[in-house]
Amino acid sequence: MIEFTSFRQHPDNFSVKHPEDVDMDMDMDEDEDEDFLQAGSSKITYPGEYLTSSQAFMRGHGTYVDNEDVIASVSGTVERVNKLVTVRAVRTRYNPEVGDLVVGRITEVQPRRWKVEANSRQDAVLMLSSVNLPGGVQRRKLESDELQMRTFFEEGDLLVAEVQAFFSDGTMSLHTRSLSYGKLRNGQLVAVPPILVRRLKSHFISLPCGVDLILGLNGYIWVSKHVKESDREGEEGFDAEAVYSNRNDDIDDSTRMAISRVTNLILVLASHSVPLTDAVLLDAYEWSIEQDAHIKDLLQDEIGEALVTSIISRG
Amino acid sequence: MSSRIEILNAGGYRSDGRRQYELRTISIDLSPRGSGADGSATLSHGLTQVSVCVFGPREAKMRSQTFHDRANINVEIGIAAFSSSERRKRGRGDKRVLELSHTLKATFEPVIQTSLYPRSQIDIYIQVLQQDGGLLQACVNATTLALINAGIPLYDFVCAVTGGVHSTSPLLDLTLLEENDLPNVTVAVMPRTGKVALVTMETRLHVDRFEEIFRLAGEAGKVIHGEMKRAVKERTQDLVNAMQSVGKAAGTEVVDEY
Repeated sequence: MIEFTSFRQHPDNFSVKHPEDVDMDMDMDEDEDEDFLQAGSSKITYPGEYLTSSQAFMRGHGTYVDNEDVIASVSGTVERVNKLVTVRAVRTRYNPEVGDLVVGRITEVQPRRWKVEANSRQDAVLMLSSVNLPGGVQRRKLESDELQMRTFFEEGDLLVAEVQAFFSDGTMSLHTRSLSYGKLRNGQLVAVPPILVRRLKSHFISLPCGVDLILGLNGYIWVSKHVKESDREGEEGFDAEAVYSNRNDDIDDSTRMAISRVTNLILVLASHSVPLTDAVLLDAYEWSIEQDAHIKDLLQDEIGEALVTSIISRG
Repeated sequence: MSSRIEILNAGGYRSDGRRQYELRTISIDLSPRGSGADGSATLSHGLTQVSVCVFGPREAKMRSQTFHDRANINVEIGIAAFSSSERRKRGRGDKRVLELSHTLKATFEPVIQTSLYPRSQIDIYIQVLQQDGGLLQACVNATTLALINAGIPLYDFVCAVTGGVHSTSPLLDLTLLEENDLPNVTVAVMPRTGKVALVTMETRLHVDRFEEIFRLAGEAGKVIHGEMKRAVKERTQDLVNAMQSVGKAAGTEVVDEY
């Protein structure tokens, strides 16, 4: 919160007679030298800020060129790779890249494709040809498959998928052709700013408290009951009943509590802009058990701040 | 002037104790609103307060409203019944509200880099909480901040100020009382280039006075830009610091190649 009392103290500071006063103030902080061009420093930008000359550098994302000047168009940090200057926005929607793991929700069933909401600038597309069909073996999709698309995914279903490719207009195409991808059940969804989910070795995390996590790079996180490796894998055991089922397994009370606890911890960490990794989440869970904090109390400000302070000190 | 309260007294003070060119207190709050908006801002100029939430760029709700080469901008304004001294409900179909939202849309369309988001939609929802003159100016400034907060690429800030004239003396940042009595003009500038994004006038203003007020409002816009810039930088710095505080420890395990 910024409070600004404009010219209470110096009522005559702003007058038509001395418009230069104002201009000088403005120029002072714009004349910063180009420190950001050295590696390792992070410079904060705002839209319309002059970065560098376009003759020496190339403009990347988050910048534009006007009269041979490279100018920032978002507020964030400047990054430079050789001659390429980019600005990474500090908050933005998800920018997909091929190979990213995302969690999404079906919004529409269309001929031979589903539309998936994945926190991106447009809905993603999941083609019927990019999902695993019952029967296990790879085969051509038949007309009968097309007619029963809603038995696989319906509007409102959640799924985990990988970004496969982009269409010419920038829409992303997803695929679920792996046994670890597919419909989600036995848990709950948490949405956080996408920038908080970093690329990890694995985005499927099992916490020792009997909770599985799927950290979607689009900021959607699926918190669910732990499923044993043996139940999940095995080409032989692939049956449509289990993979496309809409029914939750039995979840006992302690697992439900653990899921809620992890969900609240993620919400607290995200509200303090703490990047989420398996180590951080594990620390947070241990802390909340140590402190014997009740699940719903985790969302209180004081407890949240204590948690974040302890996480930072551990890190 | 007909009002019994003096607009500008002999000592050169206005009805609320300000000098001619003095602006009202600005307060800016860029913390998230909890509604899941991509960006939000609450801004007040004195007693005028507006809150803006920005959603998007996201999939357009109506396919008929999409453009194949750029994003569609949708502005909706709600004016709280309790916002003015006289309780009055304005529906969404109200002509004045529609005009205001159209003005804002026209102001921001050339400033937002819409061509980066073909077939998408950017929704701007404005809630007017208190009105004491300078409503358009507050809406423009708050929308700029909310868009920046949402990480939507802009060519520049848009900073608006209302200017008026009392007999021959120009005034800046008018209150409702002054706005009702004086000829006034709202000017929005883009401070980097000094380009003007919006000029509107609902009253008659003498052509000889116009230029002076126009220039003055342009200069005042740059002052407001300084405040908005400071708020944006502070918020961005806070977020970056928070990310880096834990990022260093956990970052050892971060692998850039997937």
